[in-house]
Amino acid sequence: MAHRYKSDLSWSDVTPEHVYLNRRAFMTGATALAAGSIAAPGLAATSPYSTDEEPNAWEEITQYNNFYEFGTGKGDPAQYADALTTTPWAVEIDGMVDKPGSYSFEDIMSAMTIEERIYRFRCVEAWSMVIPWNGFELADLLNMAGIQEGAKYVAFETLYRPEEMWGQTRNFIPWPYREGLRLDEAMHPLTIMATGIYGKDIPNQNGAPLRLVVPWKYGFKSIKSIVKITLTDTQPEASWNMLQPREYGFYSNVNPEVDHPRWSQASERRVGGGLLAKRIPTLMFNGYQDEVASLYEGMDLTENY
Amino acid sequence: MQMPRRMTVAERINEVLRPIPVWLVFCLGALPGVYITAGLLLALTGTYDLFGTRLGIDPVKTIEHWLGELALQFFIATMAIRVLRDWFKIKLIKFRRTLGHLTFYYIVLHLGVWIGLDLQWRWDEIWADILKRPYISIGMIAFVILIPVMATSNDSAIRRLGPKLWQNIHKLAYPAVLLGAVHYVMVQKVWEIEPLIYLVVICALLLARGKALLPKFG
Repeated sequence: MAHRYKSDLSWSDVTPEHVYLNRRAFMTGATALAAGSIAAPGLAATSPYSTDEEPNAWEEITQYNNFYEFGTGKGDPAQYADALTTTPWAVEIDGMVDKPGSYSFEDIMSAMTIEERIYRFRCVEAWSMVIPWNGFELADLLNMAGIQEGAKYVAFETLYRPEEMWGQTRNFIPWPYREGLRLDEAMHPLTIMATGIYGKDIPNQNGAPLRLVVPWKYGFKSIKSIVKITLTDTQPEASWNMLQPREYGFYSNVNPEVDHPRWSQASERRVGGGLLAKRIPTLMFNGYQDEVASLYEGMDLTENY
Repeated sequence: MQMPRRMTVAERINEVLRPIPVWLVFCLGALPGVYITAGLLLALTGTYDLFGTRLGIDPVKTIEHWLGELALQFFIATMAIRVLRDWFKIKLIKFRRTLGHLTFYYIVLHLGVWIGLDLQWRWDEIWADILKRPYISIGMIAFVILIPVMATSNDSAIRRLGPKLWQNIHKLAYPAVLLGAVHYVMVQKVWEIEPLIYLVVICALLLARGKALLPKFG
């Protein structure tokens, strides 16, 4: 991945999903038998950017989603996203790049190295998860297209296909969904394009076949099912920002000190802990302060929320 | 020979409703509340998992929203009774107090789940939310102005206060139900249809009461 980190692990080294799913039991020591058989592969090293927090279960990650293209209920995406066809798929990369054009998903995948990244994921609605993504650094894709001098921002667009995404027939958000990053944010090694979860192809409801993941920003910045990437020198439009600029800023960095106008961002509920799960304090930049705080040096983060 | 007068639709409905005892309506209306309360108590004491996977991935939000919707549904039912009598001659007045009590019960549970399970007694955040977040402030105002209504929702209060004062106190339910609907609309991130339907229904019920919405003096 941009040759910054070379993994000597292959897919055969990746922890099998059932081991992850059992980790909860393993941690509590509830199943001694399972612990004995999985200890060795279960401890396989992953990216240095990965958290060692326990990932959420596959079911939690894939049944509890915000993807308004398929409805506003948390279960709607899992219920309706089957309608989406993801083959063939191509990403149009244009704007200030050397090699603009339509890049097929297969061509992108064959040029990229897939790596596992276990990231915290914090939704603006004050819930969070830990998700074992598979993907590649966005920087690699942008470099493939060749970033031109003067480009300052990256704009993204989700597929617009109302016949398969029924939510798009309702106009509560100006479609297509769009998001944007500053170029340095986009080039940061934490910023990835995810194509899988738990080593499996990413399910439609999670943004198949490829979606952005920016772990230090609120989840809505991590735009799903991307069909268009534009390098530009002006700050791009972002859907939630267009809808409610006072509630959703362009930056939308996770920040416990800057509240959403309608609720506090000081703490969060980690999904999956059940009825009595303890609320946990929200961390500055979602816990990625060491990696990304320098991007915002000298900026007033209350002003630039 | 004179033909017996044919019963109107309303009379026939009243005929069917008359034998239904109030306690039966109370028991049926309390069922979801009893289920939720029992499930919460069993979970809090670690005794038994009554809910299983029925509440989905995020059980706290599911219960919180469910209770809020139940409160609004019972509130609408309570408000509808007078309108049904005035406009359609359907007599359900004997159920009204019970439905009102159930409404308050669901509001208290909804608030309790928000404080205890959602925000988990983090009083700093709770107070900040109540004071700074309009939709929470609005919900809280609705709850507070319903307290005197609930406290006087019994026969002895009518005797003590006299009918006029008592009625004026109970007219507080009108702003409360409207604030409840606004609270629901404002929780959403986008304009959702369901809360807007509640709001429209509630506005229609209020309009149907006309001048009766206002307190009487003198």
